[in-house]
This record gives sequence, C-alpha cells and structure tokens, in this order.
Amino acid sequence: MAKKILMCGNEVLAEAAIIAGCRFYAGYPITPQNELPAYMSKRMPEVGGIFIQAESEISAINMVFGASLRGARAMTSSSSPGISLKQEGISYLAGCELPALIVNIMRGGPGLGNIAPSQSDYFQATRGGGHGDYRQIVLAPASLQEIADLTMLSFDLADKYRTPVMILGDGILGQMMEPVELASRLETQDSRQKKDWILDGCKGRKPRIIRSLLLGKGELEELNNRLQRRYKEIKDKEVRCEILYGDDSDVMLVAYGTTSRICSNVVKDLRARGKKVGLVRPVSLWPFPEKQLKELAERVKSFLVVEMSCGQMIEDVKLSIECKRPVHFYGRSGGEVPAEDEIIREVEKIA
Amino acid sequence: MRKVFSKPNSMKDTVTHYCPGCGHGIVHRIICEVIDELGIREKVIGIAPVGCAVLAYDYWDFDVTEAAHGRVPAVATGIKRVNPENIVFGYQGDGDLAAIGTAETVHAANRGENITIIFVNNAVYGMTGGQMAPTTILNQKTSTTPLGRDRKTHGFPLKVCELLSVLPGVSYAERVSVHSPAHVLKAKKAIKKSFQNQIDGFDFSVVEVLSPCPTYLGMTPEKAVKWIDETMSKVYPLGRFKDRGKE
Amino acid sequence: MREDIIFAGFGGQGIMLMGKAISYAAMSSGKFVTWMPSYGAEVRGGTAHSMVIISDSYIGSPIVRDPSIGVVMNKPSLTKFESKVRKGGLLVINKSITGTGSTRDDIDILEIPATEMASGLGNLRAANMIALGAILARREILPVQALMDSLEFVIPESRHPMIPLNREAIKKGYEYDPC
Repeated sequence: MAKKILMCGNEVLAEAAIIAGCRFYAGYPITPQNELPAYMSKRMPEVGGIFIQAESEISAINMVFGASLRGARAMTSSSSPGISLKQEGISYLAGCELPALIVNIMRGGPGLGNIAPSQSDYFQATRGGGHGDYRQIVLAPASLQEIADLTMLSFDLADKYRTPVMILGDGILGQMMEPVELASRLETQDSRQKKDWILDGCKGRKPRIIRSLLLGKGELEELNNRLQRRYKEIKDKEVRCEILYGDDSDVMLVAYGTTSRICSNVVKDLRARGKKVGLVRPVSLWPFPEKQLKELAERVKSFLVVEMSCGQMIEDVKLSIECKRPVHFYGRSGGEVPAEDEIIREVEKIA
Repeated sequence: MRKVFSKPNSMKDTVTHYCPGCGHGIVHRIICEVIDELGIREKVIGIAPVGCAVLAYDYWDFDVTEAAHGRVPAVATGIKRVNPENIVFGYQGDGDLAAIGTAETVHAANRGENITIIFVNNAVYGMTGGQMAPTTILNQKTSTTPLGRDRKTHGFPLKVCELLSVLPGVSYAERVSVHSPAHVLKAKKAIKKSFQNQIDGFDFSVVEVLSPCPTYLGMTPEKAVKWIDETMSKVYPLGRFKDRGKE
Repeated sequence: MREDIIFAGFGGQGIMLMGKAISYAAMSSGKFVTWMPSYGAEVRGGTAHSMVIISDSYIGSPIVRDPSIGVVMNKPSLTKFESKVRKGGLLVINKSITGTGSTRDDIDILEIPATEMASGLGNLRAANMIALGAILARREILPVQALMDSLEFVIPESRHPMIPLNREAIKKGYEYDPC
C-alpha cells in the first residue's frame, strides 16, 4: 500500500496525471486552480515532460491538440471562464477524435463571477459547450483520493475512446487537503494501447491526415455516426455512480462532487434519526447514471437534487426517471455552499 | 530520353481547387520541392489553416493536420515540443495569421518556437468571399470595404514581417512574392532557408509570400500579378527583415 | 471525536502552516482530516485563515462555519471569529497582538502571549507553534509528539534548520500555564 500524503486537490490531480503518463501540460493561470500549473511547471521537467504557460486558454487547448495528435498524453486545466474559452478547441478535439484531459475547477459565474466554489458549469460540461454533435466523458470526483483515481482513469478512457475527457471539480476540491494514496502506475504505462493513428512523420507508411473538415457528400454524417456509436458504447460501459441506501429510502438525495460529501453527512444524520433517506452520487456526469435512477424511481417516493448551482443536473434526473416521481431541488449559487442543516430542512419539508 | 520535369514526391498527383491565377498552388509546390530537396518528407508534419488553403492536405503527400482558425502556431507548438525531431510547419493566410490568430502568432514567435510559418498574404479573404483582410491595403475595395479601405474606419494594413522581426524569438523573417518566375525562384530560396533554419535549431522562421487572388481582387490573373508588382509590393516591400541565425 | 478548527491571523504569521502541521499530525495519527484555506483575493491585504476538521469518521464538507476551536493570532481575526466559536468551544487568543481578550462567557478562553513567548525563543514567527502546543495541552486532540514529527513534512526543506526551534516552541506552548 502506498504511503498517505497530504497535498491540495490541484496538486494531487497534477501528480496523478504524471503517474498516468501525462507528459504535456499547457494552461493559463486562473483561480482557483493555480496550484495545478505551478506543480506541473516544477514536475514536468523532472520527468522529461513539457509544461507551457500559454498566452491564453485558447492557445493552451490548441497546444494540447497538437501534443495529442503527436501521440502524447496531454492535458490542460482551468476554471469556469477559462473553460468557456477552451470550448472551440474541445469541439475540434472531438471532431478529430483526439484524446485529451481537460480539468475544470469550477468557480462562480456567469461572467467573471467570483472565485468561490461552484457547480454551475454542469450544462456546459455535459451538453458539450462547443459546437457540433459531440459528447465528452465528464467525471466528478468527490474526494482527493477520487481526484487521483479518476485522473488516471481519464487518460485511459480518453485513449480508449479517442475522446476528450473532462474532470469537473470545484474550488473546494481544488484547494482542500485530505490524506490520499497515490498508487504508482509508472510501470504499467507499457500496457497502454499503441496509437496507430498519430502524426509522427510518414516514415515507412502512407501519410496520415487529422482533420475535422469533411466536405464530401456523406463524409461528415459518417463521422457523426461513428462518434454516436462510440458514445453509445461509452454509455453502455462507462457509467459510474455510488448509491447509499438504495433499497429502503423514501427520499433519495442526488448530488455530485463537494455537494455529495455534504449530502452523505445529511444522510448519516437523518438515518440516525430513523429517516429513510439515501443518496445517489453520479461519478460520471456524462454518461449519466440513467438506468440506476430509473430503477430507483420504482421504489423511492421522491428525489431531492442538491447542487451548487441554480438547478442544472436536476434536468438529467428528471429525464432519467421520466418524471415518474416528484423531483425537488435545493441549490446555492454564486460561490455559496449548501450547509447540512439547510439540506435537512429541505428533506423534512418533503418527508 | 532525359526527364526534365517531374512532380515532387511530396505532392499528390491531383488537380487543385484553387481559382485560375491563384498563388496557393505555386506556394504549395515550392514547399513540396523544398521538402523533397531537404529529404525531410518522412519527418514533416504540416498544419493547414482555415481559409482557402484548408484543403492543403489533399495536395501534400506527407502527414498533415488542420487547426482551428488562427490556432496553427499553438498546434505547431504542441507537436514540436512533444517531438523536436519532427519538422513542423504551419501554412497560414492573412486572416488566419494576422487577424483571428494574431495572439498565437506573436506568442509562438516570441517564445522562439523552432517552427516554420509560411504566411500567404493576398490582401483579401478568399474562402468567405472577398472580405477585407487585415492586410487589405488602403483604398482597396473588398466586399466589406465597398468604398475602399478607409484608415479611419478600418485601420491600417498590418505589416507582419515588420511586426515579427522585432521579437527576439524570431530568427528569420523575409517577405517574398510569387508574381513572376524570378520572384518564384527567390521565394523558393527563402522557404528553403526557413526549413533549413528549423533543421539547424534556429527558432522561429517566417516567410511572408505576396500571392495573387485574381478572383477577389476582381482582376484578370495578368492584372493581379501586375497589381502586386506595382501596388501591393509598395505597401509590403519585399526583402529580408531579419536573419539572426542561431542564438 | 471531532474538532472543527479555524486558524486566523495576518500573512507572515504562518497561519497556513499551523493548519498543515496539525493536519499532517492528524493524518499520521490515523484520523480523518481536511484542510481548507481561504484563497484568492480574499487573502490579499487582510486576514488569512484556514479551516481544519479532525474526526474519527468520514468528513463531508471541509468548510467550518461554527468552529469548536478558534485560534486568532491578530485583532481583526478576533473581531471576525470571536462570535463564531460554538457554545462550549475553545477560543485561543494571541494576547501579545490582540491586546484585548474575549467577553464571551459561554466558551473556554485561552489567552496566551504567543508572540512575546516566541520573542523569548529568539524568533517572533514561532508564535504559531506556541499556540498549537497550547491547544494540544487544552484539548486532547492528538499526541503532541505527532505534531512535532509532522514538521519535517510540512516545512519546506530549505527551512529545515528551523525545525528544532519550532519543536521548542510547541513544547513551550504545551507547557504554558495561564494561571
């Protein structure tokens, strides 16, 4: 077992990426994720990797585009306003079927908003904030251990499905420290699948083209159909979620990331008082745990979605259960974090 | 029988989509000849822009990708940094390099990325239908400057070589033209040097090529080359702006 | 067992380090622990604070709203956090800097001249460790040795020569008798 260490979430993410074989990072400073590029600037040279502080988020994501098509495990990170700028690049990554990790340590919005923790980029992340018919895998860690584990997983999923993957965290997860174990995966890197599609010079083979402009009749639809088949496979195989008290709950809380940590305490509190309350914690926000929620709707009387937003994930919950049960909402926004007693009051209103 | 003419190996045997009298085909061919002559075809990764040359990969027979509009230098940076052994060049038009991608251009140049940028300046937007380019000259009529480019409304033509040559990261900046056979030969020399510089690790090299766009200049091909000679090259003087070698 | 702690003071007082040291000690003692800083613009020019939760069970939110222990190293922090300490909680006041104490009668108050004591040790910046030692004497959260041992992991290597002084400061705080 690896030794426990104490680092902030942004640093844990960076180190996990390096362990996963990431050797290219480009980014632009923005709070509350600045510890991540700072860590990379120190660590990348030590492992023979590349760190670039780009002139903008737009440039950073396009550097990642270049590094990825050259075969590197590559990533960028930012926070909400910066992620908006990266959307063009993410759409191109999807269109060119290029793997990459994009980290969003969310802060309050819209606009410049503030630097406090938030979950108001759910729509942008899960709907594809850029143009075109694409999806990206979105993973939402709730602890620093999970930041480490999901970061490593992200690179595998990105390579396997040749798709951008987003880790959606928030200011609390980025800034806080808690004990974490970083498994050493350096020796397993050889098991990564060989990339036979990259551009590395056409020595001994036919030249390759990586592009997303498809003007020929039917070409673009063919790409979209291929992407959709892949997205279906991802939906079938890559749903991740955690359910507490799924068997006997009357009220099911639904929350992800930091909010789910708070809700798990609420569940513990209310259970101690004999209330039948449970929690669904989606770990993959896309693909969303639709089946799990639909099954729960057979038994549960109602749902309470808790978010640090004005209500975004609630739409996926309603869609998943096809509105068969009442879905309530409690959210705080603008950098405010819902407190346990506030959520308990909401549950008591329902049950 | 002696063979006196052949297609470069780096060039596909196909007809281009360019309009009659367009300079892109010439510049494409020069690049392919240079790549053949330097023996780097198997190491080269080209980056096509958004603009008329977006389909360059249909004509180049080596590894090519296509960047989002203006992002060529950022994509080139990513590729080159991952493997400095590759020879990475970007091919950009005036809108791509000097309007939407000015930040990427200036900062890649200023970082002294060891890449080659071929900048095709035809003073007008081709793909979208003849709108003003950042390099459109004063009084030049385009579909968005119907009365001619007016400095008060649209500002001045952007002089890319002059602008970039003051940056310490730039090793080489030269402006050439392809409006006559003699100029084509000079252009080839400059482009070859810009690739050789990269092989030698000289940092950022840029070659600006004045190139005719008869369609959107609203001229015959013959008049378009004459316009470059008599008018455009007065605003954009040909010549070497910088050649600092290795630093 | 669970303690929700806020450490507050101005920049340069080693406020972040206090939280990190006790967090590391908690981790090595097998406790659940979270550490959360005040960050960004909030930090500039005013008070800095960090929030630490140490618990025998899983910790949900790392945000501390009503601390069971408040540690205030300067006057603005006293003003800001005095009223937030929950009833029955502990408020540790660096009397050398705040000048005044607390008027609350529903909490345990520990006034300690931490900066003066640190001055006695030859380094004003050791006041933070003195306060930490005093907390551990007042509340059985962790063995004081765990805190001593944490220093080499939370103090940057370039400052490791300062570790003996910091350990001395912890000891002095731990042995401080306000009576």
